[in-house]
Amino acid sequence: MTIRHHITDQLLMGYSAGQLPEAFNLVIAAHLSFCDECRARLGAFDAIGGALMGECDSVAMMESSLTATLDRLTQPAPAPRLRRKACKVLPAPLVDYVGGDLASVKWRSIGMGVRQAILPTDAGATARLLYIPAGQKVADHSHRGMELTLVLQGAFSDETDRFGPGDLEIANDDLHHQPVAEEGPDCICLAATEAPLRFNGLLPRLAQPFLRI
Amino acid sequence: MLDTAPFQKADALTASRHYAAASAAVCLRQKGKSVSSETTPEDWSALILRVRDTQDKAAFAALFRHFAPRIKGFLMKSGASATLAEECAQDVMATLWQKAHLFDPARASAATWIFTIARNRRIDALRKSRRPEPEELTWGPEAEPDQHEALELSQDTERLGEALALLPQKQRDLIERAYFHDLSHSEIATETGLPLGTIKSRIRLALERLRHKMS
Ligand SMILES: [Zn+2]
Repeated sequence: MTIRHHITDQLLMGYSAGQLPEAFNLVIAAHLSFCDECRARLGAFDAIGGALMGECDSVAMMESSLTATLDRLTQPAPAPRLRRKACKVLPAPLVDYVGGDLASVKWRSIGMGVRQAILPTDAGATARLLYIPAGQKVADHSHRGMELTLVLQGAFSDETDRFGPGDLEIANDDLHHQPVAEEGPDCICLAATEAPLRFNGLLPRLAQPFLRI
Repeated sequence: MLDTAPFQKADALTASRHYAAASAAVCLRQKGKSVSSETTPEDWSALILRVRDTQDKAAFAALFRHFAPRIKGFLMKSGASATLAEECAQDVMATLWQKAHLFDPARASAATWIFTIARNRRIDALRKSRRPEPEELTWGPEAEPDQHEALELSQDTERLGEALALLPQKQRDLIERAYFHDLSHSEIATETGLPLGTIKSRIRLALERLRHKMS
């Protein structure tokens, strides 16, 4: 997998600090599962967190604190079972959200052969899996907030570039785009949207209530 | 910025001797029950490894005395009450004990790793958004990282701390707000002005070695 489009420093710092909405965290965790480059960069941001914590004014622990904690220590947790990759397409964090492999995804048709599955996350941003048949266009839309799209299978292109497996497209509210799935394997993406999408055509606007976005 | 500055590989033999000496030194100091401010970052890593390998409670106590008050300070600065911060700092230290087998000194210094545990505890305690982790990369217990890599990473991390202290106040405030407060992601600085490239390159090498061993 040759990844050309990575997580920005801004989002990696937010993920390291634990300050992003859940849907964004999920997309980032999924990209990190594929991308050692970003995983290493995250390590650098975690190191900033460690340095900041080290410089915090110490606040004395209660006197009984160490004894109380020592009393709590039991046997260390058993050596971790390697979370086996249950799915060729979905990385482990997504397998957790879907509750299984690709066959467990509860797709709903949203027209033109495109299917989606909303994943349960907290408010602030919405996460969904998208299934776009090879060669299919996705409704023309623009954004009110940020949209992250991670390619899991296949590829798509839009006005900005081509995005293949592992690539992350970060669209800001100024981007008005119309992604097209490439010929070849059908395109499966994980998308997180900060605010409802605005579609620019009549039909997609009618479809919006079904999209739950 | 995360430039990919190449770094010099130190003489592995010399470095691993240095590391062994540091570990020996901390063992001696532990026996004499005087872990002082001389304790270096490598020493903290060595103590976590002792918790991992021999469930050493003296090593744990030394880690607790150093890190627990800082974790408590970190949580209070993030908005937790003293009571909540006290409770969570104890939890973080208990988690360190439980999860010591996941500590990899070639990928994170002791302070970095403890920060990630404290951050996760903070997410629960302050009811922040759930934060799924990427797929784990785990090596078997027999596959030990090169000690000189661990030493170099903790030295890089220490240098990062020094650079952080020297940042212009405005830049520093922005980074602090990102880590301690609810700074929306669009407000987070895109450039830290910190030399993160060397740390990144070093972790990248450790990951490559790990992937190699796993395949
Ligand atoms: Zn990446």
